[in-house]
Amino acid sequence: MNINLTLIGQSITFFLFVWFCKKFVWPPMMGAMEARQKEIADGLAAAEQGQKAQEVAEKEAAELVAQAKTQAAEIIASAEKRGNTVVEEAQETATSEKARILDSAQSEVEQQVFAAREELRGQVSSIAVAAASKIAEKEIDESAHAALIDDLVQQLKAS
Amino acid sequence: MASENGELTGAGYIKHHLTNLTYGQYPDGTWGMAHSAADAKSMGFTAIHVDSMLWSIGLGLLFLLIFRSFANSFKKENPSRAQVAVESIFQFAQDSKNSSFTPHAKNDYIAPIALTVFVWVLFMNIMDIVPIDWLPELFVLMGVEYMKVVPTTDPNITLGMALSVFIMIVYYSIKVKGPGGFFKELAFQPFGPKMLPFNLLLETVALLAKPLSLGLRLFGNLYAAELIFILIAMTFSAGIGVGLLGGFAQMGWAIFHILVIPLQAYIFMMLTIVYLSQAHEHH
Repeated sequence: MNINLTLIGQSITFFLFVWFCKKFVWPPMMGAMEARQKEIADGLAAAEQGQKAQEVAEKEAAELVAQAKTQAAEIIASAEKRGNTVVEEAQETATSEKARILDSAQSEVEQQVFAAREELRGQVSSIAVAAASKIAEKEIDESAHAALIDDLVQQLKAS
Repeated sequence: MASENGELTGAGYIKHHLTNLTYGQYPDGTWGMAHSAADAKSMGFTAIHVDSMLWSIGLGLLFLLIFRSFANSFKKENPSRAQVAVESIFQFAQDSKNSSFTPHAKNDYIAPIALTVFVWVLFMNIMDIVPIDWLPELFVLMGVEYMKVVPTTDPNITLGMALSVFIMIVYYSIKVKGPGGFFKELAFQPFGPKMLPFNLLLETVALLAKPLSLGLRLFGNLYAAELIFILIAMTFSAGIGVGLLGGFAQMGWAIFHILVIPLQAYIFMMLTIVYLSQAHEHH
């Protein structure tokens, strides 16, 4: 347990080792560790950023889908409306056409009825005249009674 | 077991274990190995403990080379377990420096000093766990008379490191505060300039007590540990019953020192940081 030069020797060794450690051991190790720490921190930051971007994109996508849905609903509604109007229009056209056809048919029928009646009346008057002339062959002067007969024909026509 | 004059005695066994392999200058001026504790004593200051120095330097180099190789083969991804362990020791030194060193001063040497001190002292202390007869007996077989393998049980080693710390305390005190500032700190505190001689005495004692307590604390703890191991080892030759008891005692003492060894290394490192921090602080 003597105090001797070992004291000095150890002291010098201490300084040499501290110097060596400071120079050749500490910087490479600490540098590498810090570089890795930074890399990890950067990676985590990037991951967080990616997550945020994804969230934004998801939100956008949801918005787009909602928009598309409302648009589709609108389109369907307008198409239905359009369909309804087309049907209604067709119905209206058909109704008016029907009315028109009926009208024209009726007037034709009336015309034919009228014509038939005229013809019938002419025939009746001539028959009546013939019959009357036969009855009054001798007694009636055709010219004297022409006015009477015409009057009769006029009356038949009017009826 | 070692023998003194070929005779196996308890006192001789202890003495053998506590004697360093010493090279030095005899009183008659010739240099040579000391062949006994008395020889070593006669050499006085002009002697060197070859075993302490070689184990100390060897363990220090072991630390530096291992850690440097890990720094060189650093893998960012998939680090090995050993690399993670070494990294955590680096981080531990860095954290200790961050927590205990004054934030007002910047000094890139503090953390490497903390790392060096901690691991080096730890390695030297761990030699205490090696069964105490293995290495000395091996060296006796190789013809080396004495071999103390735990450098920190040599006061020269612990006080030598404390001396370096002391030199750094003085160096940084003067560097940071200037010679005048350092003197003021010693002379004008704690009682003001009027009590200058008293202040000077008090502060100088306090300053000198730092390295002394630093070195002696480590030495005392490890020397006591070594001594108890030696005493326990002596029971091994006292019959099977006592020997068995001694075996358990040694196991218990060794387990206890798994705690003491890193603790003393940690204390030495922390105090070194704190002392150097104080040297950087202005009062």
